[in-house]
Amino acid sequence: MQPKLSLLDDALIARILDEAYQLMLKPGIKVQNEEARKLLAEAGAQVDEETMIVRIPEQIVRQALETAPRQFHLFDYEDQPKVQYGGDAVHFDPGSSGICVLIPETLEHKTAVTEDLIRIIKVAESLPQYDAQSTAVVCDDVPKELHDLYRLYLVMLFSKKPIVTGAFTNTTVHHMIDMLAIFAGGRENLREHPRAIFDACPSPPLIWSNFGAGNLITLARAGVPAEIVSMPLAGAAAPVTLLGAVTQHAAECLSGITIHQLARAGSPIVWGGAASTFDMRKGGTPFGSVETAMIGSSYTQVGKSLGLPTHAYLGGTESKILDMQAGLESGMGAMIGALSGINMISGSGMIDSLLCHSPEKLVIDAEGIAMAKRMVQGMMIHTETLATGFYEGVNFKGGDFLKQRITLQLFQKEQHMPGKVIDRDSMRGWKESGSLDTFARARIRVTEILASYLRPELDPVQVAELHAFVLTLAKKAGMKNLPMIENFEFA
Amino acid sequence: MTEELFKQMAQSIIDGDSDLSVELAKKAIEINMHPLEAITKGFVVGVNYIGDQFGLGEAFLPELVMAGEAMKAAVAVLEPELIKLGSARETMGRVVLATVEGDIHEIGKTLVGTMLSASGFEVTDLGVDQPAEKIIGKALEIDAQIIGMSALLTTTMVRQREVIEELDKEGLRPRIKVMVGGAPITRDWFQKIKADGYSEDAVGAVKVAKELVGKGD
Repeated sequence: MQPKLSLLDDALIARILDEAYQLMLKPGIKVQNEEARKLLAEAGAQVDEETMIVRIPEQIVRQALETAPRQFHLFDYEDQPKVQYGGDAVHFDPGSSGICVLIPETLEHKTAVTEDLIRIIKVAESLPQYDAQSTAVVCDDVPKELHDLYRLYLVMLFSKKPIVTGAFTNTTVHHMIDMLAIFAGGRENLREHPRAIFDACPSPPLIWSNFGAGNLITLARAGVPAEIVSMPLAGAAAPVTLLGAVTQHAAECLSGITIHQLARAGSPIVWGGAASTFDMRKGGTPFGSVETAMIGSSYTQVGKSLGLPTHAYLGGTESKILDMQAGLESGMGAMIGALSGINMISGSGMIDSLLCHSPEKLVIDAEGIAMAKRMVQGMMIHTETLATGFYEGVNFKGGDFLKQRITLQLFQKEQHMPGKVIDRDSMRGWKESGSLDTFARARIRVTEILASYLRPELDPVQVAELHAFVLTLAKKAGMKNLPMIENFEFA
Repeated sequence: MTEELFKQMAQSIIDGDSDLSVELAKKAIEINMHPLEAITKGFVVGVNYIGDQFGLGEAFLPELVMAGEAMKAAVAVLEPELIKLGSARETMGRVVLATVEGDIHEIGKTLVGTMLSASGFEVTDLGVDQPAEKIIGKALEIDAQIIGMSALLTTTMVRQREVIEELDKEGLRPRIKVMVGGAPITRDWFQKIKADGYSEDAVGAVKVAKELVGKGD
């Protein structure tokens, strides 16, 4: 039995949805994309072209919910379904779109460049806890016209895992779909077996920007999965109450799904977000706050009640270094997310409110994720009797159970074996290993992972095509060449 | 009597009560109190108190924002009288704030505006999605010493550089100083685009602004 956390009962979910439907009528949703307004108007919504405010009747939304798929998969490079969106499947991926990386030697938050992203991809690739890659940081060594697609390019070169990504403009989303299509063997194959999902963000409160709605429409038409990332900031860009924020989130997602399904019914879409509270002391977005996790857990419960796949940003932290605050906030976030049965939980590896990435933190977070995943497996019944069968021949001595074959057979099923980052040594052993703290152990682990990493074998023809595609765009953006990527040979 | 009124004025700001602060501002005019006196001895005392408490972590953003609103409302009543009398409020400096073109995020920028106002700056907040020419035009119009620009998106932060380049082209720097901020804004970026000031949060922004107008601590 998968243990589940429920912060809402059915009556409360019904109230949230009821008020979300009310919000879509009054004050309505501001839709800054002309095509989206046209789609909504044609479906029967009341559109004010001057204010761009659209009043969306419940019936249109219900229709969209009918056609939105309940479940779909993301596939890896080998065309294997590796991520299940739908039901209570739980997956984790690293956080996305950071701008800095933590330099372990100096603790400096350095602006990220190509080599930093490659390091993050390699570490995430090697850790089985991450079922998908993200496009983790923006690389400052390429022009901004390439920022979004260049991240995807690097992930495609260094990873075989499914990818959680996102475009920054209505033009580049087309390029990124084309890039994925090169590896998939065409847009049709990509639609059948998508490797990636794209985040599309409304702007709180209750706004679908030209870019957010434009991306939804493009993705729907391409049949490439879209993930709505609604970001109510409770107390600033959303009501201060957690339930108010969850309701606004529902209205933003429902309106987004409606635009998306009107563009092409049946295209895969996810009820997701990066909701948080608003810190009233520092004015930031505390992704490590427990209320942030409560909003995330609650809104995914609302999405599940509609039968939709779910996503949340959880496991973030405000800490600037890899200290106890980072560990406790990230660990709690991961655990709450897993217990909520959220299909994709994004945010691992990041500090400073999702601004800064750290391969070392990816390694530490992977341990928290492993614990959360073990928790989600719940209590398992492996044997005919729960206990009595174990006592035959027991001589009332400690250690007797160590000698039982069944202990050997079952211990790895019952106990998660942590990696070397988690210390369970004796004091003597710990001292002999250098008296290292978590951060120091993680640094060693990252060095080991990078040393043993093997680049995936990819079809050289596809790689050449991808490279040529990105290089053409880079030249248009004024670059002579792309940054050197560790002796990668492009045909 | 006057002392009592000053106290009430300060308290109306501390309580974030715009209705009351407006009422008290009108009362000051009725009894022929000099508007400057009402501002400096009454309302500003409240703003300073909340500002200090905020700095100590004892007051929170909603209190600060509400106090800022109450202050704005009171000043709006008193300012026309001040102009009639031919005098002006002495401020720390004039600041134009805006979120750059293509970007509609403004929570951080609004907070910076509140903090700057509370610290005695005269702030003109243009709002979101503002093109360079509008920002610069407004700065010239009000003879601002500082332009403050915010961007939340990595895709729009480049617009900050455009404003700076435009100012340089027109030869308007160093007369107008430029402050930048927003989630993706790093020290690297600040240096790269040759801005004059940068802060990661609203409290820091006040410090930077004071330094830029030569009134740093």
